[in-house]
Amino acid sequence: MTTPNLIVSASPHLKDRDSTPRIMWTVTASLVPVILSSAFFFGVSAILVILAATLGALLTERALSKPGTLRDGSAMITGLLLGLSLPPGIALWMAFLGGAFGIGFGKVIWGGLGQNGFNPALIGRAFLQTAFPVAITTWPKPGGNFFALKGDLFALPFMHPASDIVTSATPLGLFKFEKQLTPLVDLVLGTTGGSVGETSAVIIVLCGAYLAWKGYLNWRSPVSILVTVFVLGYVLHLINPTRAPDGLFQVFSGGLMLGAVYMATDMVTVPTTNKGRWIFGIGTGALVVIIRVYGGLPEGVMYAILIMNAFTPLINRVSQPTVFGTRTLKEAK
Amino acid sequence: MAFFGFAHGVHPPEEKELTSGLPIRRMPYPDELILPLRQHAGKPAKLCVKVGDYVERGDPVGLADGYMSVPIHASAAGTVTAIDLWPHPDGSYAQAVHLKVDKYALQAPRPRTVPRWEGLTVEQVVQAVQDAGVVGLGGAAFPTHVKLVPPKDHTVHTLIINGAECEPYLTSDHRTMVEFPERVHFGCRVMMYTLGVKKAVIGVEKNKPDAIAALERTKPKDLDITILPLTVKYPQGAEKMLIHAVTGVEVPSGKLPVTVGVVVQNVGSLAAIAEVFDTGLPLLERIVTVTGHGLKRPANLIVPVGTKLKDLLAHCDGVTADAREVINGGPMMGMSVSNLDAPVIKGTTGIVVLTSEEVREEKVYPCIHCGRCLEACPVFLNPSWLGDLARVKRYQDMADNHLADCMLCGSCSYVCPSNIPLSQLFQASKAALRRIPAAGAA
Repeated sequence: MTTPNLIVSASPHLKDRDSTPRIMWTVTASLVPVILSSAFFFGVSAILVILAATLGALLTERALSKPGTLRDGSAMITGLLLGLSLPPGIALWMAFLGGAFGIGFGKVIWGGLGQNGFNPALIGRAFLQTAFPVAITTWPKPGGNFFALKGDLFALPFMHPASDIVTSATPLGLFKFEKQLTPLVDLVLGTTGGSVGETSAVIIVLCGAYLAWKGYLNWRSPVSILVTVFVLGYVLHLINPTRAPDGLFQVFSGGLMLGAVYMATDMVTVPTTNKGRWIFGIGTGALVVIIRVYGGLPEGVMYAILIMNAFTPLINRVSQPTVFGTRTLKEAK
Repeated sequence: MAFFGFAHGVHPPEEKELTSGLPIRRMPYPDELILPLRQHAGKPAKLCVKVGDYVERGDPVGLADGYMSVPIHASAAGTVTAIDLWPHPDGSYAQAVHLKVDKYALQAPRPRTVPRWEGLTVEQVVQAVQDAGVVGLGGAAFPTHVKLVPPKDHTVHTLIINGAECEPYLTSDHRTMVEFPERVHFGCRVMMYTLGVKKAVIGVEKNKPDAIAALERTKPKDLDITILPLTVKYPQGAEKMLIHAVTGVEVPSGKLPVTVGVVVQNVGSLAAIAEVFDTGLPLLERIVTVTGHGLKRPANLIVPVGTKLKDLLAHCDGVTADAREVINGGPMMGMSVSNLDAPVIKGTTGIVVLTSEEVREEKVYPCIHCGRCLEACPVFLNPSWLGDLARVKRYQDMADNHLADCMLCGSCSYVCPSNIPLSQLFQASKAALRRIPAAGAA
């Protein structure tokens, strides 16, 4: 009998075909409807901002990481998510810088994929929030001509962008500073001012549900965040309706959907166990409501997730699964 | 019908349809048999023949060396041509007796060497089973006679029989249950007698309805035997998972099943006990599933112990052009065969030939902490964390995080999207810990 060249390898000899790049690229693909809806609301500006942020992320990954890491798709997700979290009128060089900072200081400096403690997209955004506090809180009105730019997108780097654009406060800002409530239907559909991707809750939920069905998204974090925000928002609203908007308003406004579905589910920076994901979600939800209601900022999703990212190692420590047979071993003693 | 199972686990492709419908056939004797003296857990057998000796079928070539050992018998009549170190299916070399099969011998059963069962005392049954060289045929090859009587300070209330056969591809236990259900029940009767238990449960994964039906049909009226359908999931046949599915009890970490009052035995071993008392011959052959997409003619075969793997594969018309890896055992926990001169031994459950499509090498990515391995681990370890520790050689920390409870089932490696060889890392770490005595004891 002739045999072809055989190999010897360690068990198991069968392998599930799913791979890390496939997970990342599926998440990327699931963002397409979100990007399209942002283009629908904010026109070409939304696309340009997302492109700039993504380009910043990809080029930085290419320049600083080992060759080939672009193919795993994770830098792509960082760029897209950062772009979606920015206002559609932000200068493109700022978006680009945010993407570069997010990948450079949010990921590569930690050791690359899987090593970073904080969500790189949010690191990029937090940097922009600190560096350009005005630009990142200037919210153009949605709608209008598709090709009309929503701001001085092509401002030269480090030049002060011109601000002759029609702006509108976000629903959370309106409530916080002018005590004005936006109708819930506008929040759900996304016809409000806000950042590129914090608009249509329905589409984000559908995309998230698709990922959860594929097994690429652990539903526990988004569900626990949303439920916590709703319940805590509802309770605070009962106590003081002028200070806190009601629970449903809180759930559907701001960047909560995008954050809960796409950022609080980043596998690298949230706890690994299901128990840990519940803790993470409840903590994030509570922080969101506390920042929104008692903080100086109208919105708190970014800081809430970043703060809970910092607690992830600690949560991992206390949420380890109980090893089979250890409970009965203790009982026997 | 209620189904019983356990939490976690994985669902690899079953691939059992290649052989699950094929009746068991007998393989002819090859020209030469290789009989390693180490075919079981415990001490290897003591050599008792020399080069040039003629042995009859069923004569011992090695004798039991103490209680934790069993003899090895000549599975065919023939002449001892050599005694040397020879490739063992586990990848090492072991002392083995070469037997040139006598083509003109009748190979007929001699006057029985194993006594009839009726009327024997428990001690006599145990002795007869040891003398017949019976070991667990589920893969671990633990001497069966040791399991026939409970340790002195424990009582056993239930005998659990493992018919789960959760490894993909393998169907030898399945075919045994379908074709020889009476033997399973008979072996069960012997073990219930020696253990002094009144209750036995046969756990069978529900993907083998014909096996469940055959066992139900032939169930003896005078014994309390339950046939329990189990959820189809890997590793349902792991001892602790099976006990949990049947009794709802978790065997304490680091303890034997007998601490919760159960003994687990594999269906193939029970059939072997029955056959030994039935034919009066010691354990000379076993049922092996020879299968895989890399094999031209998969089969369930009765194979004489000592048949070289290359003779076995040749009997199945050889391997295909895209065959890439030959596995001794199932593809999840079995070992790659590095030398096809190695023989089938008592613990060989199956030989699986995988194709290059199935074993293609995948790029390893960093761990992204997706948590899939935690969802897969049947004993609730954190493979992701243990893998991080293994990479930086923190073996003591791994021991503190219950590495000892890992049974190397491979579920974590199977699901890992980053293709991290977790199971292999844990096996190496366990070996490293054994070299550090103080750490191993912790």
